[in-house]
Amino acid sequence: MNLMSLVLVNLGRNRLRTTLTMLSVVVALFLFCTLRGVLDTLDASIRVGSEARLVTRNAISLIFPLPLAYRDRLAALPGVKSVSYANWFGGRDPVDPGNFYAQFACDADTYMPMYDSDVEIIAADPPQAAIALPPGIDPKLAAFMSERDACIVGESLLKKNKWKLGQSVPLSGTIFPGTWTFTIRAVYHAKNPAFGENSMLFHWKYLSERGMGGQGIVGWYVLQLADPSQAGELTKTVDALYANSAASTHTETERAFQAGFVSMYGNMPFLIGVIGLAVVFAILLVAANTMMMATRERIPEFGVLKTLGFGDGTLFAMVLAEAAIITLGGGTLGALLAKVVIEGTKFNAVGFLPPMTVSWATVVTGIAIAVLMGATSGIVPALQASRLRIVDALRRVE
Amino acid sequence: MAIPISYNLRNVVRRPMSTLATTLGIALVVAILVGALALASGFQAALVETGSPANLLALRTGADSEISSGIGRDAANILRSLPEVAAGPDGRPLASAEMVVLINAPRLGQSGSSNVTIRGIGAEGLALRDQVKITEGRMFTPGSDEVIVASRMARRFAHCGIGETMRLGQRDFTVVGHFSAGGSGFESEVWGDDAVLMPALNREDAFQSVTFRMRDPARFAALKQELEADRRLGIQVRTERAWYSEQSAVMGQVIRVGGVFITLIMAIGAIFGAMNTMFAAVRQRGREIAVLMTLGFSGAAITLSFLIESVMLALVGGAIGCLIALPINGITTSTTNWASFSEVAFAFRVTPGGMLVGLVFAGVLGLVGGFLPALRAGRQTLAAGLRAV
Repeated sequence: MNLMSLVLVNLGRNRLRTTLTMLSVVVALFLFCTLRGVLDTLDASIRVGSEARLVTRNAISLIFPLPLAYRDRLAALPGVKSVSYANWFGGRDPVDPGNFYAQFACDADTYMPMYDSDVEIIAADPPQAAIALPPGIDPKLAAFMSERDACIVGESLLKKNKWKLGQSVPLSGTIFPGTWTFTIRAVYHAKNPAFGENSMLFHWKYLSERGMGGQGIVGWYVLQLADPSQAGELTKTVDALYANSAASTHTETERAFQAGFVSMYGNMPFLIGVIGLAVVFAILLVAANTMMMATRERIPEFGVLKTLGFGDGTLFAMVLAEAAIITLGGGTLGALLAKVVIEGTKFNAVGFLPPMTVSWATVVTGIAIAVLMGATSGIVPALQASRLRIVDALRRVE
Repeated sequence: MAIPISYNLRNVVRRPMSTLATTLGIALVVAILVGALALASGFQAALVETGSPANLLALRTGADSEISSGIGRDAANILRSLPEVAAGPDGRPLASAEMVVLINAPRLGQSGSSNVTIRGIGAEGLALRDQVKITEGRMFTPGSDEVIVASRMARRFAHCGIGETMRLGQRDFTVVGHFSAGGSGFESEVWGDDAVLMPALNREDAFQSVTFRMRDPARFAALKQELEADRRLGIQVRTERAWYSEQSAVMGQVIRVGGVFITLIMAIGAIFGAMNTMFAAVRQRGREIAVLMTLGFSGAAITLSFLIESVMLALVGGAIGCLIALPINGITTSTTNWASFSEVAFAFRVTPGGMLVGLVFAGVLGLVGGFLPALRAGRQTLAAGLRAV
């Protein structure tokens, strides 16, 4: 009988206890990985931002607009390949105000080609009449492009609301008052999952005509760069251009812009991290307790094993291995469970974040923590076992 | 039915290590629960207690936050001159038309930035908010480039110290004072004179909200109906308190649901731990149980006694958990309230209610975790127990 089978037999002699301990480790690592998954999701939401695009917004904050007049000047800057712009619409579902989703008014002629590699049009209505499309626009968008109150919605959003192509969706404006109705003419799938599928896009021109009294105001500009390495320099150029104007600008890479939203969560990610650690620590106590109980019960046996010639080191390794198997088994199961369950259900807590993910890095971290947990919980009992004197061990009855 | 409670009590202290581990495990679960509840109630308190019940807030119809609202000067003047508006000591109407915008400000002590609310108040703005007190420095002088900053914000954002300057749009403003606001949402804001702030921030065309005190709060329903029907105004009217509690509803719910979700999952782990301890206790004490039976205690009494032991253990854990959570009371933290798109600073509030929930929860953990082991203890046969070593 080799050592490993001895360890396994020991694990099996109190199946209930082994199972209970293992289950508590499963639960702990599931929770730990889920919490880390929240942070992973926040990270992923930054990655939608490209380093090859710049975002220019009003220097005061995003709620202040920029004039449309900036567009041509930005487009003329050397190194800028194309310019697009968008506004936050902030409409509410008039029937169920709790049904939140993001709506953006964008300059479709330039916006859709710019995000061509992030989204894919998977369904669209045919156009009523053939129209000439601007360069770079997916021909499937013909119907959307030819109607001023048409919109494109994300696949998940469409499914969640049980909408259909061609359907009209009403929204009550919060920033732009009144009831607005948009007709769904196309559905997009996010090739880059971080782009999210819970948004509605519609024509900026429509918003401008109806909501701004023809006054062209823009929420933010997106600048596609010819060469990402010029980002730093161009950022300064743009901001210097408008430094002394009525609406001065703040320009940053799109990734930094996204990171700004994550930064708005303030201390929340830190709190989530702390809770994750508390969970691990609580279960460490449970596992350590079990290992101590298991060793205490077997003290006379250890005496017998030592009499038979098992060395201190061997006993030490045996007890440690027992702890490691429980935590490694439970930990791996829990971490993988988190990945499968969270990603499988496409759980989406907040509409404007991408669907929740649990990264492989988190799974590996979780398993590593489980191993560490095994080592820590097993070390005291293992030391006890190895340091035991045969006489003392055999004398003990209980 | 006699129950050997003192026997169980003494046993709890007999195996200190194992008891300690189980208790601490439960303590941590309860600490997390109490902490999450403290976070949720602190957040909600920050917003709900912002309003005074006699103050009404007018926003443009359809607006769901102050920043998305707009009220023209004409409408603001109509509201100010309503006969229902209470008069201040100097006879002027207690009404303040306010500019509310966000500025993106860099955080202090950590990277990143967030949106801070800037409120331009009218002459009566301060008189309307009894809870606002200057804690350091002085009030801004009307008509000057001066602002006051809530002390909670001053600790979290750059350029907020007294004497420092803050750039708001086209002009530099000097911070001349810090204020507290009784834990309310105003503690997340920067205040200045609307007459100076509005041109600086290009917001001369419209105010965002009008706040006024009612002469007779009982007239609220009628007044609301009257004002909302007035087509010159195009506004919605709510009590200040109702408005702020609405603003906190979603976020408070998210924190609470998140906290309960985490606690419930952790609780499962803790129950397994408690079961382990209790099963071990029952097995180790097989002989003692048999002796108790010989003495005449019934199986049911023994089951009950082990259940009580388990609950006791858990309650001690729960109490320790509350103690662990207690020091977070009053610690200020902040996050963005997505309903208003702005940073809200608030303090954890460990409430007696929250601690009670924690204790009850611990008791339930003990009950569930101890149930099967206790059942086993009560069902043990006398002979088997006495034979066992």
